[in-house]
Amino acid sequence: MKNRTARLISAGISNVIIIVLGLGMLYPVVWLIAASFKESNTIFTDPALIPKAFTLQNYVQGWKGIGIVGFGTFFKNSFIICGLCVIANVIFCSLTAYAFARLRFAGRKFWFAVMMLTLMLPTHVTTIPRYIIFRSLGWIDTFLPLVVPKFFATDAFFIFLLVQFIRSLPKELDESALIDGCGKFGIYIRIVMPLTMPALITTVLFTFLWTWDDFFNQLLYLNSPAKYTVPMGLRLFLDSSGMSSWGPMFAMSVLSLVPCFILFFSLQKYFVQGITTTGIKG
Amino acid sequence: MNKKARKRAIRENLSSYAFLTPWLLGFFLLTLYPMLYSLYLSFTEFNILQPPKWIGLRNYFIMFIGNEQFPRDERFLNSLSVTFRFVFISVPLKLAFALAVAMLMNQRLKLIPFYRTLYYIPTLLGGSVAIAVLWRRLFAGDGVLNTILRSAFNLNPPAWISNPKYALYTLILLSVWQFGSPMIIFLAGLKQIPKEYYEASSVDGAGKIRQFFAITLPSLSPIIFFNQVMQMISAFQSFTQAYIVSGGQGGPLDSTMFYSLYLYLKGFGFSEMGYASAMAWVLLIIIAVLTALAFKVSGSLVSYGSGE
Repeated sequence: MKNRTARLISAGISNVIIIVLGLGMLYPVVWLIAASFKESNTIFTDPALIPKAFTLQNYVQGWKGIGIVGFGTFFKNSFIICGLCVIANVIFCSLTAYAFARLRFAGRKFWFAVMMLTLMLPTHVTTIPRYIIFRSLGWIDTFLPLVVPKFFATDAFFIFLLVQFIRSLPKELDESALIDGCGKFGIYIRIVMPLTMPALITTVLFTFLWTWDDFFNQLLYLNSPAKYTVPMGLRLFLDSSGMSSWGPMFAMSVLSLVPCFILFFSLQKYFVQGITTTGIKG
Repeated sequence: MNKKARKRAIRENLSSYAFLTPWLLGFFLLTLYPMLYSLYLSFTEFNILQPPKWIGLRNYFIMFIGNEQFPRDERFLNSLSVTFRFVFISVPLKLAFALAVAMLMNQRLKLIPFYRTLYYIPTLLGGSVAIAVLWRRLFAGDGVLNTILRSAFNLNPPAWISNPKYALYTLILLSVWQFGSPMIIFLAGLKQIPKEYYEASSVDGAGKIRQFFAITLPSLSPIIFFNQVMQMISAFQSFTQAYIVSGGQGGPLDSTMFYSLYLYLKGFGFSEMGYASAMAWVLLIIIAVLTALAFKVSGSLVSYGSGE
């Protein structure tokens, strides 16, 4: 009985600490959202989280962007790039993972080790030669350098994630399918793919998020505002408008986070799964 | 019969390799070849417009030694030191925070899924340009933090972002703030430690602190170790936050000049692509050495349990 009370008290204290700390951590984000609805001249003088005068003006003005290109274009570009990367990663990383996890072939261990090494490779070692290659192909200021590498399963992280997941599936299913006359590709499409769905959803989520935020490559390859993505649009906004338009800047910042929020909250379960499978079994 | 079997084995191999083909092509064309090419470029002077000119080890010489004719690149050494400070302060702090919060949550609390979500939000958003922009405003001289410090505590705080003494620490804070994923991993790891261990040790009279060092830490050590290595590798490559917070220049006074930011400025700002390639290889070697070192040290510190 005494033990029970002690535990309740300890749980109560933990709850309070966790909530207070959590709210403290989220304060900047909440402040950003609140600021995006404040009138431009009161943003910094009003530290309160609930705006005194609520306005949508920042969103209207921000959406127009700079010059002739508005945030509509930036969002469209970001969605196109992310969409293509997601499709490519789902197909080609899972194909590669299936080969590593299920198929037998000479040199499998060797290639798997090579793949794991590329996971640790700093991207900078390939950045400059890739730039030179893509430049000689005339791909600068197009989406191709951002998208095409994904069609060659260059994201080792997702291969690793999917290999871990496929290995945990029971092998008997493949074997019985093999007896039923299913080929390797048939087994992949009809058995492994559907069972791997949770890991594939994790792949979709993280591919989308990381591509959405991949500022470095977008900065490298996209030169004209008509091709800019959302992060590039934000930077353009920051550089060209200066102090005068923090309101619209914040409004567009909030908008740029919305797709991540929606994905995260609709598919939370898969986030946790993805983080733990790759983190623990590594 | 034997011939037939061999033929079948070859066919089996070929059809398996068909699945691996996209990855193999990607590996050779987009990873291995570029790697070797950048190794070659690191021994040249190259501005992309003219063909590369072989200069031997000069790029590396300029980075670390230097003489009168080719003075040492102090900005490079500075960027190296800034990056090391960033990595070796932010990664341990981030993991310590993650572990502390995970342990706080490792009780029979009903709201755990909700808390996990709450604490993951900074990680979800932290890599974006939007948050970097926000950070710049939070810690500016007339920013949100200082407004609060002035009005509530009557202090006269410095302009964090534009002060070379503090600018790096705002970026470290931004990185530590995103402790969500190691926290989730630690929480899952804590749940796998058998309760009996703790019960047995309390019977033996072990206190909470002793339990932490004798049970919790050793049980989690493989997970902590793996996270340490992965976080370190990615921290060495941080770019976006430093770029946005410093306005693309690594300022003030190069105090936020991260390694990858300097590499970017050298390669694509000044068109010194040979030098930038050499920098990329130095980074690769640093990461390889530190990873190998970590694995070596872990051999004596990390316990993988007897059952596995």
